[in-house]
Amino acid sequence: MSTETADSPMIARLPAERAVIHPRWVRITHWINAVAMVVMIASGWRIYNASPLFPFVFPDSITIGGWLAGALDWHFAAMWLLVVNGLVYIGLGIAGGRFRRKLLPLRPGEVIADARAALTGRLSHVDLSVYNAVQKLLYLGVILAGVVIVLSGLAIWKPIQLQELTALFGGYEAARYVHFFAMVTIVGFLVLHVVMALLVPRSLRAMITGR
Amino acid sequence: MPRLRKAVPGVDAKLLIKDAARLMPDPARRAFLRGAASLGALAFLTGCDIVDSLSAENALRKISHFNDGVQALLFNPNKLAPTYPESAVTKPFPFNGYYPEDEAPEVDGETYRFEVGGLVENKKSWTLDELRALPQERQITRLICVEGWSAIGDWTGVRLSEFLKRVGADTRAKYVWFQCAEGYSNTIDMPTALHPQTQMTLKFANEVLPRKYGFPMKIRMPTKLGFKNPKYVIAMQVTNKDLGGYWEDRGYNWFSGL
Repeated sequence: MSTETADSPMIARLPAERAVIHPRWVRITHWINAVAMVVMIASGWRIYNASPLFPFVFPDSITIGGWLAGALDWHFAAMWLLVVNGLVYIGLGIAGGRFRRKLLPLRPGEVIADARAALTGRLSHVDLSVYNAVQKLLYLGVILAGVVIVLSGLAIWKPIQLQELTALFGGYEAARYVHFFAMVTIVGFLVLHVVMALLVPRSLRAMITGR
Repeated sequence: MPRLRKAVPGVDAKLLIKDAARLMPDPARRAFLRGAASLGALAFLTGCDIVDSLSAENALRKISHFNDGVQALLFNPNKLAPTYPESAVTKPFPFNGYYPEDEAPEVDGETYRFEVGGLVENKKSWTLDELRALPQERQITRLICVEGWSAIGDWTGVRLSEFLKRVGADTRAKYVWFQCAEGYSNTIDMPTALHPQTQMTLKFANEVLPRKYGFPMKIRMPTKLGFKNPKYVIAMQVTNKDLGGYWEDRGYNWFSGL
């Protein structure tokens, strides 16, 4: 068992039957992010359909917005929710030390060992307050993908006012591909994340009630 | 002004209805959208009267309008769009419009008169030859469509800010409105009108602007999405009233800056 049971002294003092796994700010930002991300992805698919990068489009029925202008409106509305909420999450995660405690250190050897254990069904989820190395990699990875998708999005949205940023991604057209593949990465994470939450329902409860 | 505001021939009624219909998502999606909107919008429009009456569409309109303001703040009047060498020009440069290419307006260059109105000292109309006699500038810049695709074009014409100066325009006015031969129109903000790369384009690839790219005149502004760059421009007004535009009135973001 780990000694990592609480995130702040205040919570540690609570007469808890079970220790708090996810403090309130994590749960709130998590669910706001879930809503913002689903809106961003589903409206983004509709925008993609207007000028596909690859020889396929997303079925209209799983997109948001009804048509291109509607999808753009949704995308550029949810972007505020995503960015403001994301800044709060990352800010508190760094300032409060949660990222350091929960997600670091990340050692390649442990990732390989834990990945092997997970694939053979021998990875324990007994203590939800401690992340295994595969979780650490996935959570750090998706935070990074989140940063990339916001930056590449800004590069596409403002390729003249923020042209230095756009150039960093290799220009406007390249930034579209970066934005797309960051979406693919996040959707891949999302699928795995939801499957795992359903396989270990206690983890879903912890993200709602905190325990 | 009334002359310019009347219904314009050449607009396909069927296309108009199709456009209007596309504004309306199907009832099921509509209900879902409304639910999701209150969830999303509530989180960051606290204090707003959204709970009482605003539908999802209205909330989105408001945010889109808010985004116009943000974009105007982000707009740096001195920041130039990157330019490219002639070899980078997209060939063939795509035709784009809400009608097929063979239905693009055919404007007679001989009888063409560019009408200038609103808050300007000199309201004389201009012939094509008079416009060609003004100082010409060339730019090779990227046009970015609201759909996402982009293409590099080679445009030559008169700097709009230079033209505004010559006609004695009140550049403290908020907007410049453009009217096109087929009924298309656009309103842009004055800072964009005065941007050094905003151009009254008369040539493409050093040849007289072909019909498919907007003969006799296009307004090229690399700092805005393609649909804000009107073609077949027949009239202009300097105004303090937002006179809207074809796509803007149908739900596309007004500022649409890049």
